[in-house]
Amino acid sequence: MTQSTDQDLAIRMRGVTKIFGTDPQAALAALRDGKSKAELLAESGHVVGLDDVSLDIAKGQIFVVMGLSGSGKSTLIRHVNRLMEPTAGEIFVNAEDVLKMPLDQLRTYRRTRVSMVFQKFGLLPHRSVLDNVAYGLEVRGMKKAEREAEARKWIETVGLAGYEGARPRQLSGGQQQRVGLARALALDTDIILMDEAFSALDPLIRSGMQDQLMSLQKTLNKTILFITHDFDEALKIGDRVAVLKDGTVQQEGRPEDIVLNPANEHIEEFVRDVNKARAIRVQTIMEAGPAEPCELAVPAETRCEDVLPLFAEHQWVGVLNDAGTQVGRITAKRVIGALARHENRAAAAQPVRLEAAQ
Amino acid sequence: MFPELIDTRPLRRAVDDGLGWVVTNWGSAFEAAARPLLLLLNAIEALLLATPWWLIILLLTGIAWLATRRWTLPVTVLLSLFFLGLMELWKDAMSTTALMIAATLTAIVVSIPVGVWMSRSARVRQFFTPVLDLMQTLPSFVYLIPTVMIFGPGKIPALIATIVYAAPPLVRLTDLGLRSVDPSVMEASRAFGTNPTQRLVGVQIPLALPTILAGINQTTMMALAMVVIASMIGAGGLGYQVLQGIGRLEVSRGLFAGLGIVVLAIVFDRITQAFGRQLQGRIGITEARA
Repeated sequence: MTQSTDQDLAIRMRGVTKIFGTDPQAALAALRDGKSKAELLAESGHVVGLDDVSLDIAKGQIFVVMGLSGSGKSTLIRHVNRLMEPTAGEIFVNAEDVLKMPLDQLRTYRRTRVSMVFQKFGLLPHRSVLDNVAYGLEVRGMKKAEREAEARKWIETVGLAGYEGARPRQLSGGQQQRVGLARALALDTDIILMDEAFSALDPLIRSGMQDQLMSLQKTLNKTILFITHDFDEALKIGDRVAVLKDGTVQQEGRPEDIVLNPANEHIEEFVRDVNKARAIRVQTIMEAGPAEPCELAVPAETRCEDVLPLFAEHQWVGVLNDAGTQVGRITAKRVIGALARHENRAAAAQPVRLEAAQ
Repeated sequence: MFPELIDTRPLRRAVDDGLGWVVTNWGSAFEAAARPLLLLLNAIEALLLATPWWLIILLLTGIAWLATRRWTLPVTVLLSLFFLGLMELWKDAMSTTALMIAATLTAIVVSIPVGVWMSRSARVRQFFTPVLDLMQTLPSFVYLIPTVMIFGPGKIPALIATIVYAAPPLVRLTDLGLRSVDPSVMEASRAFGTNPTQRLVGVQIPLALPTILAGINQTTMMALAMVVIASMIGAGGLGYQVLQGIGRLEVSRGLFAGLGIVVLAIVFDRITQAFGRQLQGRIGITEARA
């Protein structure tokens, strides 16, 4: 890997393997010799949490790791700030070797470089909202007046102004997670780790939080590693998505790559039940090339979901590049074709041709 | 009968001689070491006896009001303390309270650090758990005899015996409270780069405080339970009245002094419990653990 690409990467993981059990190193050797995970578990009680995971996470993007429970996704995120130690592998953050940091340097790294949002919020119940948001700054040693001013700013940003003096238990789940988010944002770290941050919330609240995160990201431009078990969520907020199963990365790519070209049956299963119109952007499926100007046009980044209503009135919708010139066009037929590509349910509808009946 | 396989007499003699040697050679050193305890106890007792009775009643009733903000507990405290005064038990009750407070304070100073240490290391816990079991199950007379031999009858052995008996629950509950703090809160704190001291002071102890307070409550109760035995070796107070009542077959004296101990126990138990509940409500521990 060359120096230049290294600097564009926020997080680089190479061959990260984590084995839980009494003698991980022996189990690792057995795993390398070709023993299966099931055999390892049956013979020596070792659980393979992560198996040779390599990921490149570029700066400034939302990178989503998606997987079902037990896929190792929570284990994965805890390796980035070394809440867990890998059995083997390398982890670089901003080209710095995280695993070689001595303990005091690791604490400084956690205080200043990575912040984290938790599924169960992890708020301090005996402190007010203000003191919770200021917690990371307090640990960093910032003066009281300074950190409280900073905390107030972020409490307002996440929409909790007026709740500074409340205790976490007095807030709803969504509000508590806003406190968790504000606490992480207040540290102003380049990297934010979000471990199933929205999974404990009601669907409506969750959707609102997702929108808020995406709009915040537009101005903050952080690197966000986001863990979820919800494929819809992954497609909605992810710039890139990695699908994890049994501790290995099944596929990694842009959301639409995964929806349009699922790498295996496991991923196809997710794709089948997902709102594909949300993942696919018009530029991927448009009829490229110069065409007669259309009455209506949308940017190339638009999601299919958002152009669909336009077809009620219009046959064609133009597609614009960043400069605003039309680079292609799209029809309802094309969108439906893209969405239906992986539907195996056509048979379930059992269509009948009607000419014969007449 | 179990066959006599070995002769235990030399062993017994060795233990007795060993203790005798300790008494002759180290007796005064032990006494000097325990002197601060005696000073503490005397100071508390002098303070309680110098304070006018109505001020003590006022203070305890006020504390009871602060702890609950309702009228039931203050009234109970008021009636209990008047009972002590009317039955001519006030002075003895103050001596007993002084012994209880001195024992509890010493137990807090010793037990909480030990509890913290136990919560951090499984090996330390493995070492201390049987020691605590021993302290709670060994009949107190067994260690009273050597303490009396070393310190002579008086307040010091009484205080030491009370501490030995009353400290274990506080150690156990401190350990338990610190270890049962919500792991997700601990992990979050770790993720923000805290060091172990910051986690202990900023997260663990505040969240474990209700459990630790329950331990202090247990310690006060067990200290009061020891007062009769303590009076046998020279501590005065209500326990001595009970002892005299037994000795003279004066049922009334024993009964009223015994009720006096119960009344003290109720006062201190209810007040510490109310503070514990108040703290729990303020922290919202119950919600945080749900």
